[in-house]
Amino acid sequence: ASTPQKFYLTPPQVNSILKANEYSFKVPEFDGKNVSSILGFDSNQLPANAPIEDRRSAATCLQTRGMLLGVFDGHAGCACSQAVSERLFYYIAVSLLPHETLLEIENAVESGRALLPILQWHKHPNDYFSKEASKLYFNSLRTYWQELIDLNTGESTDIDVKEALINAFKRLDNDISLEAQVGDPNSFLNYLVLRVAFSGATACVAHVDGVDLHVANTGDSRAMLGVQEEDGSWSAVTLSNDHNAQNERELERLKLEHPKNEAKSVVKQDRLLGLLMPFRAFGDVKFKWSIDLQKRVIESGPDQLNDNEYTKFIPPNYHTPPYLTAEPEVTYHRLRPQDKFLVLATDGLWETMHRQDVVRIVGEYLTGMHHQQPIAVGGYKVTLGQMHGLLTERRAKMSSVFEDQNAATHLIHHAVGNNEFGAVDHERLSKMLSLPEELARMYRGDITIIVVQFNSHVVGAYQNQEQ
Amino acid sequence: STSAAEAHSIALPAQAQVVICGGGIMGTSVAYHLSKMGWQDIVLLEQGRLAAGSTRFCAGILSTARHSSIEQKMADYSNKLYHQLEQETGIQTGYLRTGSISLAQTQDRLISLKRINSRLNVVGIPSEIISPKKVAELHPLLNVHDLVGAMHVPEDAVVSSADVALALASAASQNGVQIYDRTSVLHVLIKKGQVTGVETDKGQIECQYFVNCAGQWAYELGLSNEEPVSIPLHACEHFYLLTRPWDTPLQSNTPTIVDADGRIYIRNWQGGILSGGFEKNPKPIFTEGKNQLEIQNLREDWDHFEPLLSSLLRRMPGLETLEILKLVNCPETFTPDMKCIMGESPVVQGYFVLAGMNSAGLSLGGGAGKFLAEWMVYGYPSENVWELDLQRFGALQSSRTFLRHRVMEVMPLIYDLKVPRWDFQTGRQLRTSPLYDRLDAQGARWMEKHGFERPKYFVPPNKDLLALEQSKTFYKPDWFDIVESEVKCCKEAVCVIDMSSFTKFEITSTGDQALESLQYLFSNDLDVPVGHIVHTGMLNEYGGYENDCSIARLTKRSFFMISPTDQQVHCWAWLNKYLPKDSNLLLEDVTWKYTVQQSLEWRQFSRSCFGMGITSTVSEEKEIYSAWDMASPGGHLLVRSGLTAEETIEYILPANLPHYTSRALHASQSAATFSSALNLIGPRAVDVLSELSYAPMTPDHFPTLFCKEMSVGYANGIRVMSMTHTGEPGFMLYIPIEYALHVYNEVMSVGQKYGIRNAGYYALRSLRIEKFFAFWGQDLNTLTTPLECGGESRVKLEKGIDFIGRDALLQQKQNGVYKRLVMFILDDHDTDLDLWPWWGEPIYRNGKYAGKTTSSAYSYTLERHVCLGYVHNFSEDSGEEQVVTTDFVNRGEYEIDIAGHRFQAKAKLYPVTSFFSHKRRKDDVELSDFHGK
Repeated sequence: ASTPQKFYLTPPQVNSILKANEYSFKVPEFDGKNVSSILGFDSNQLPANAPIEDRRSAATCLQTRGMLLGVFDGHAGCACSQAVSERLFYYIAVSLLPHETLLEIENAVESGRALLPILQWHKHPNDYFSKEASKLYFNSLRTYWQELIDLNTGESTDIDVKEALINAFKRLDNDISLEAQVGDPNSFLNYLVLRVAFSGATACVAHVDGVDLHVANTGDSRAMLGVQEEDGSWSAVTLSNDHNAQNERELERLKLEHPKNEAKSVVKQDRLLGLLMPFRAFGDVKFKWSIDLQKRVIESGPDQLNDNEYTKFIPPNYHTPPYLTAEPEVTYHRLRPQDKFLVLATDGLWETMHRQDVVRIVGEYLTGMHHQQPIAVGGYKVTLGQMHGLLTERRAKMSSVFEDQNAATHLIHHAVGNNEFGAVDHERLSKMLSLPEELARMYRGDITIIVVQFNSHVVGAYQNQEQ
Repeated sequence: STSAAEAHSIALPAQAQVVICGGGIMGTSVAYHLSKMGWQDIVLLEQGRLAAGSTRFCAGILSTARHSSIEQKMADYSNKLYHQLEQETGIQTGYLRTGSISLAQTQDRLISLKRINSRLNVVGIPSEIISPKKVAELHPLLNVHDLVGAMHVPEDAVVSSADVALALASAASQNGVQIYDRTSVLHVLIKKGQVTGVETDKGQIECQYFVNCAGQWAYELGLSNEEPVSIPLHACEHFYLLTRPWDTPLQSNTPTIVDADGRIYIRNWQGGILSGGFEKNPKPIFTEGKNQLEIQNLREDWDHFEPLLSSLLRRMPGLETLEILKLVNCPETFTPDMKCIMGESPVVQGYFVLAGMNSAGLSLGGGAGKFLAEWMVYGYPSENVWELDLQRFGALQSSRTFLRHRVMEVMPLIYDLKVPRWDFQTGRQLRTSPLYDRLDAQGARWMEKHGFERPKYFVPPNKDLLALEQSKTFYKPDWFDIVESEVKCCKEAVCVIDMSSFTKFEITSTGDQALESLQYLFSNDLDVPVGHIVHTGMLNEYGGYENDCSIARLTKRSFFMISPTDQQVHCWAWLNKYLPKDSNLLLEDVTWKYTVQQSLEWRQFSRSCFGMGITSTVSEEKEIYSAWDMASPGGHLLVRSGLTAEETIEYILPANLPHYTSRALHASQSAATFSSALNLIGPRAVDVLSELSYAPMTPDHFPTLFCKEMSVGYANGIRVMSMTHTGEPGFMLYIPIEYALHVYNEVMSVGQKYGIRNAGYYALRSLRIEKFFAFWGQDLNTLTTPLECGGESRVKLEKGIDFIGRDALLQQKQNGVYKRLVMFILDDHDTDLDLWPWWGEPIYRNGKYAGKTTSSAYSYTLERHVCLGYVHNFSEDSGEEQVVTTDFVNRGEYEIDIAGHRFQAKAKLYPVTSFFSHKRRKDDVELSDFHGK
């Protein structure tokens, strides 16, 4: 009698699936010291869609201080999330640049000299950049900084990170929309910009500079801070608000932005116009453009677009666009020594796991056995045999933890494989991962996770400096 | 017993001859030996209390079973010293001759032990390889079921290291050494590169000599001077366990156990057990230089200790019921190459160092203190300690990050299997040739020397080598065939080897100063026609080799000198010490690309010269200029050699710049840095070069040992020398860094039709050893003279100059030599099945120990292994060294002992020329002439 179990994946197979996209970055130390408030980060992705529609990005700002990390959850394809993952950090970095640096960069481009590098990317080999569109993207970005240069009134004002983040998000979304309206003589590019505009993506981005942590969120991904209490226990601090139907303030916002007679139709069955789960997103011009504009662009667009029923379909009760915005909500948090790590993840994770569990699992993983109460013999009578027994037990408990070299992978293990007791169940894990593509989407969404670990010593030193 | 070593609490003396910093076993040992040798005016400063640092926490195991001969000698001396110390001083040191047993869980480990055993026996330290059964008899508690054998050294001992330090301090104090505790050295005062005193928290002391024995703080202390002294070492946490006594205490003479495969040591301690080890995942500490007066007992970390505890209980299952007293955590200091650091700073005269003991401080302390004291008093230690010399390192090994990463590899290595040709994996790619990426892409595997990456061999694209761990072997290595094909190519066609790592200096003067000083510094006659190359030793006053190099005479007044890679610091220091302080003499290091600096004056100057470039190098007050025509492409050299300084000035300077003529200004051919070197080896090297240069390269036009500047491909001004370091025909090309890739590409593409390929240092090594080319640092050292190693032809006693070492050589020539470097060809050795020789194998003559090998390689030409080594003539009765004559060497029957197995060997005093077809080398002719006399 054959049991379905024989189709299950073996543990090494499970591991190779879970490890395929894992990436770790450790901030390099110089002369034995790491002066960054970030120790490093782990990230990973587990696809449910094929191809995966989530994207992730991480980069160090080279012309200003700080590091940028973000997760992007695409829908209706991956074109938009891909574009946002490539472009958003450049928009943010440019928004943060002082006037002189902008001038310097513009002069370099003007005279054909080498550009100052703006970002250092920390990329997994699977995280690609589209070569074809780079010129187009660059030109849009350049127009943006040229405007920033022109807008400068001469007074050197401190750049506000919050404002910079909001501007960058809005500007990129605007550029995506414009590029699609203008089109491109190259038919491949033309189709690409339209696919970007007609698909959508949410974004959750963290900017860390010393003890200043800003989170800009658009949509339903989440940023969660892991805080270790004095007694060693873990608690979760949410640094972003979900922009969906569960958020009263978002419902309120939508109702205010549209006439009273749309109050019932603007959110139906917990979805925007009865269709879209996130209430804020990049792209998705079907929820932003006027009907006329949509029709015009689709008609003049390539045939592939015309054949696509989804793009042609106009949402019901579509009276007063735009219904959707990419404007992020920005929260600020000043890091304290007890803030040990930050988890950025797409809704695929938060659907399956409670935030408290996420923080506890990562916290226990990162601190490993060091935060188990250290053993001290003190004045007790302990034999070598007893001690050995105790240590092997502790080790066994921990060894399951250390199988994963990556905190994000560890979290995915739990997210996919947790049984009702909160322990990873191998059978369940391999069942979930063996699901055929079309079924996988029913059980879970794409999961993308970045776990950023903070350097408590550096954070503490900042604090002492201030006192 | 602290009262015995009386520590002064009164004011410090205003001056002393020597100030020693550090009251641990190293500092007290140096003080003890200096005072024994008759030095009077010595002050020892300790920041905390005497013997309170690592010395206090030392496990107290004295082991003579060491992998290196020099460490073996130091440990043997320490053992003898500590043995009689109690009697000498009346202070109890806890010395107990327990013996030690080193266990082998694997055959490879047993081979390693057998090699040590062979070496211990020949120096008179009793030891034997024993069976597991015998182990069980010697130590009742051991589980021996997983052992394949062991080595028993019955005279090894345990001792209380803190008490040893106190006893040494007490004896030193009685000999007049003044000891002050709770006194911190802040920094050392230096004037003109010479120690003048120390600044302490209790005032200044003027002194001539300073000895840094500051243990794990030695690095910090070295950097605290205005002129920093780089002492590369770093601490790691080290853990050992103490138990309460057994109900029936172990016999006090129970042997110490070293279970290297289990990464632990175990000794009897006050009726219980002391056991620690060297784990795979060490915890480096104090990277940022956090200082504390005495090392506090750092936090115990049981989870970290767990693997070692498991290993201990596996070895001694009976310990389960024994009660824990505590887990001690004491930092130990490690160095980048697992060898301790001693000797004089290359930058500050009178600044001596003894530190970085890699957990063997107690075993090495006595001997190390003695050698350092000898070094200070007599100018040389009585043994060759080059491998421990501070000058083997440069400032480049001093980065905290490098040290932190490297010691994490070094600490586990203490108990790892030590196999031939081991390369460190951490701290790599620090210095690389401009061709590194090109060579790497072609399959180069790398080794590192002095921070410089050098290719070992090139793995062909279709060939797979073993993974690092599996490749460890005492037998035939997996790269055997690869190196064979490289060697064959060197013999039959042509190979290119990147030799950029070699140390390169240029010495230039306005008048005859360069020639005069070099004639004084080197034993061979350097007054040769311009363009000639001379092989010569740089000797010390005892006639020993301080360096062995090749010197090319570039012009009448400038010389180009090539030495081994690791000579960079040592040779520079030596030259600086002995070259006259003369502003008309310039020494520059052209190994590194930044050695030629372009000063501000350069720019002003070149502008005023209207398109003429003057490069200048500034070294202290000395300046040197060379004139280049900047207007012509490539900056054509305007001034040819042979012009006097005055002529040069007239030639290049417009008349309106008279004030420059007052400067020491002269032309030098070397405005560019020759920081890249390619060695073209093989009979077809001539064809490749002549095709690339359109210049005749036949022996008539370009004789052997000749140097010319010529163009290669598009690149002009390449320094070509008709010599190789292997004895094969070929050329060295010294190439300015910016041309390196171009020249390499040209050579490779033109060389295609001659069958050119890349080769690495393993091929080079095989070639040079089969040709009996001795290398400094391996076969030659400060205690070996040219007469002892067939270098007579490189000594010109009658050149009319009383060069350094000449008296010693004259005397030696008269009296005869006491040792002789001999080449051995192994006869009954099966390359596929037998253990390979390495170095340090005992040589037996007519069944009696006669010396040790210094290097070895497989000769693909002879199809035999070749070892080089020194043959001594020990008297039958007294064991004293007697004269070694050619006859003595020739009349012996020889055997080489590899891990206890003796192989018959043929001894040769001169290269086996009949085997080699190429006889055009001047050297060979010289040697065969000599042989014929």
